[in-house]
Amino acid sequence: MTKTMLDIINLRKSYGSDLVLQDISTTLREHEVKVLIGASGSGKSTLLRSINLLEGIDDGQILLDGQDITSVGVDGDAVRAQIGSVFQAFNLFPHLNVLQNITLAPRRVHGVSKIEAESNAMQLLERFGLADKARQYPDLLSGGQQQRVAILRAVITKPKVLLLDEVTSALDPILIAEVLSLISELKSEGMTMMIATHEMGFAKRVADQVLFLHQGKIVEAGSPQEILEKPKSAELQSFLGALREAGRL
Amino acid sequence: MSYQPSPLRLQREAARRRASRRSTLIAVISTIVIGTALTIIVTGAPGFKAVRQSFFSWHYAKSAFPHVLSGLLLNLRVLIIAAAVVLIFGLLIALARTSRSPVLYPVRLLATIYTDIFRGLPLLLVLLLVGFGLPGLGISWIPSSVVILGTVSLILTYSAYVGEVIRAGIEAVNPAQRMAARALGLTQTQTQRHVVLPQALRKVIPALLNDLISLQKDSGLISVLGAIDAIRAAQIETAQSFNFTPYVVAGALFVSLTIPLTRFTDWVTRRQDLARVQQGQW
Repeated sequence: MTKTMLDIINLRKSYGSDLVLQDISTTLREHEVKVLIGASGSGKSTLLRSINLLEGIDDGQILLDGQDITSVGVDGDAVRAQIGSVFQAFNLFPHLNVLQNITLAPRRVHGVSKIEAESNAMQLLERFGLADKARQYPDLLSGGQQQRVAILRAVITKPKVLLLDEVTSALDPILIAEVLSLISELKSEGMTMMIATHEMGFAKRVADQVLFLHQGKIVEAGSPQEILEKPKSAELQSFLGALREAGRL
Repeated sequence: MSYQPSPLRLQREAARRRASRRSTLIAVISTIVIGTALTIIVTGAPGFKAVRQSFFSWHYAKSAFPHVLSGLLLNLRVLIIAAAVVLIFGLLIALARTSRSPVLYPVRLLATIYTDIFRGLPLLLVLLLVGFGLPGLGISWIPSSVVILGTVSLILTYSAYVGEVIRAGIEAVNPAQRMAARALGLTQTQTQRHVVLPQALRKVIPALLNDLISLQKDSGLISVLGAIDAIRAAQIETAQSFNFTPYVVAGALFVSLTIPLTRFTDWVTRRQDLARVQQGQW
C-alpha cells in the first residue's frame, strides 16, 4: 500500500462573490498521476496554485506527506521547496542560461554546492537530450525545449509532487509531443503528479485517474476510460462533445 | 541546376538601386543648401566679427586650454565618485520603495519623502543649501571642502532620479518571473536578488547611462561653490582677459566627453531593442 502524498479535504476558495473552488476533496498517492480536465475557468489552475500555496484558500485543508500545509504559521517557502511546479508560459529566467536556470533552486534553496548541482543538472540534461543547450539562454531555445527545461528545473530537487499546469497549451503539435514524452518518462520513473491539460489522448495514456472539474467542483472522477468513454453527467458529456466538435478528441 | 535570378528580381533590384541613389543625392543637395544658408546668415550678421573675437579667439583658446583641462580633471573625479555612490544609493532607495515587508514601512516612507523632495528641488538650490548652509551649522565633523560638499549635492539629487529609474525597472519585470521563482521555493529576498534585480537592471541600463551623461554635465555646477573645475577655471581666465573663449573651450571639452558616452548608450539601447524583437518570436 503506497502512502498518501497529497490529501485535499473540502477545499473552498472564492474571489469576492465568485466561488472558484468548492468541496474539492481528493487524494494523490505516491507514484500516482491524476489528470484534471475541464473548460478554462473551471478551477484547474486555481487548484494547482492553491496546492503550492501561491494562492490562499478560504476553507479546507491540504496535507502534503501528512503535514498540514494550510495551517497557520507554515513556512510557505519551505513547502514550495518540496513541490515542483511548471506553468503554461514556461517562465524560464531569461538572464540565466539553461544550466543556471536548473541549478538555481538546488543551490539557493537546498544548499547543494555549485559543482554538485551542475553535475546533477548535466546528467539530467543528457538523459533528456538537452545537454548541448546547457550554456544557451532560454530565448534561443524552441518552445518545446524551453518547456522541457522548465520541467527539469522543477524535478531536479526531487519534489514530493509535481504540478503541471497546461504545460503544452502554448506549443504546436510537434513540440507538444516532445514535452509529453518527457512527462511519460517521469511517470515511468514513479513521479507523483497532478496535471491540468487539454490533451485528452495524453490524459488517457498517463492518468491513473481523471478528475473532471466544472465551475469549481469535481463533477466526475474515474479511470480515463470511464471518464472519456462513458461520461455520466450532462456537464461532462457536453464538455466532451465540444472537444469532439473542435477535433480535439 | 544553379539558381538563375528571374527577370522580375533583377528589375526589382534595379529599381531599389535607383531609389537609393536618388535619396543619397537629395541628402547631399539638401545638406549643401542648408549649410550655405546658415553660413551666410551667421557670417553676415552685423555683430559677427565681435562675437568671433570674444568667443572664438584661437589665441585665448590656446592660452586657456591647459587651465580648463586641469579643471576638467576635477569634474571627472567628482563624476566617478558621485556616479558610484549614486548607483548604490539609488539601488537602496529602489529596493526600499518596492519592498512589501511591514518592518520596512518607515524606511519605505522615508525613501518616498526623500525622492519627492530631491526630485523636485533644482540642483542649484541643493548646491547652495549644502555648500553654504551645512558648513554654516558649525558642526565640526562636517567637511568644509567645496568639492566634497558639491559632490554630496550631486549625489543627493541624482540618487533620487536613479532610484526612480531602478524602481521602474523592478516594476517592469514580469510578475510571472517572481511567481516562478517563488514556486521553486526561493524566498522573497532570494527572488529579488537572483531573479528580479538582474532583469530590472538590464532593462534600465540605457536610462541609467542617460542619467550618467546628465550627471557628467551637471558636475560643472559645483563651480558655483568656488571649486576650481573646468567652468570655474574658464571663468578665472575670462576675468583676466575679458574674452569669453575659455567658456567655449570648457563647453567643447564637456561635449567631447559626452559624445562617446551618448554613442555608447545608443548602441546599448539598439542591442536591447534587437534582442526584444527576437524574443517576440514566442
